[in-house]
Amino acid sequence: MVKGRQGERVRLYVRGTILGYKRSKSNQYPNTSLIQIEGVNSKEEVAWYQGKKMAYIYKAKVKQDGTHYRCIWGKVIRPHGNSGVVRAKFKSNLPPKSMGARVRVFMYPSNI
Amino acid sequence: MAPKRRTSRVTRNPELIRGVRKHSRSQMYHKRGLWAIKAKNGGKFPHHEKKAAVAEAVAEKVSKFYPADDVKKPLSNNRKHKPTKLRASITPGTVLIILTGRFKGKRVVFLKQLSSGLLLVTGPFKINGVPIRRVNQAYVIATSTKVDISEVNADKFDDKYFAKQVEKKKKKGESEFFEAEKEDKSSLPVEKKDDQKAVDAALVKAIEGVPDLKVYLGARFSLKSGMKPHELVF
Repeated sequence: MVKGRQGERVRLYVRGTILGYKRSKSNQYPNTSLIQIEGVNSKEEVAWYQGKKMAYIYKAKVKQDGTHYRCIWGKVIRPHGNSGVVRAKFKSNLPPKSMGARVRVFMYPSNI
Repeated sequence: MAPKRRTSRVTRNPELIRGVRKHSRSQMYHKRGLWAIKAKNGGKFPHHEKKAAVAEAVAEKVSKFYPADDVKKPLSNNRKHKPTKLRASITPGTVLIILTGRFKGKRVVFLKQLSSGLLLVTGPFKINGVPIRRVNQAYVIATSTKVDISEVNADKFDDKYFAKQVEKKKKKGESEFFEAEKEDKSSLPVEKKDDQKAVDAALVKAIEGVPDLKVYLGARFSLKSGMKPHELVF
């Protein structure tokens, strides 16, 4: 994010919610997270999003690289179930406090 | 002469048991008729003339120095990368939406693909502030809008044009130290500004010919509430 630029804010990502980790009834596998992407409601619609990068952005008290914001990058891997939920893998596993939090699903790497 | 397809050779020497054939070497010599081939050729087998032996290389001066351990030669790598395959939707003159970086959301005109695989793109600068720039295909959405690009000459642009300027290192004298640092690196050389103007001149004319295209290129793309990219037709 370029500082000091007032320009218009463009949203070039789709909003997503982190639902939790991939899991069975009593075991969870934190290396894969489940993401609900806004507006995606079926397995077929997920095909467009496969491979797209996503970022979990959070704030921290200490400044790193000149900013309080930090980011974990990941990507959409495959659909999860029939209703548009998506499995995602991140560079490092998402922290448990991120459940219910926002994730940005970008439109790149693009194939259109 | 192209090699002729021969009928596959069949041995006249049946196998009795695995590893044991019926006829001996001299019997096979007779069976194959090699004696007749020899007779036809005047007592010896027909053969290709040997190519003239390469003149002995001048004896190299034997070096007194050998490395202590055997130095491994790295394997030679002759692979040449092809430029990234251009998507069918991207043709010269297509309007692209840049997804990432400083100019994200900007609609931009595609000029050509460079040999590195990157796309050469221009705003035009006057319309939306995007200079002649390189962009990666993966970070771009191609729209179906096309601009007539026939008047534009993009031949002089290649990857070397965009290489970073290497500043010659000056010997650091104490007095010069602080002054030399002040040279402004940020101003663009005039030739680049002129190149931009040259490319844009023809392009802007073509754009103004189409109603609303100028405003379209000046506006940025953004996702709004309720917009689903997987359902959008670009």
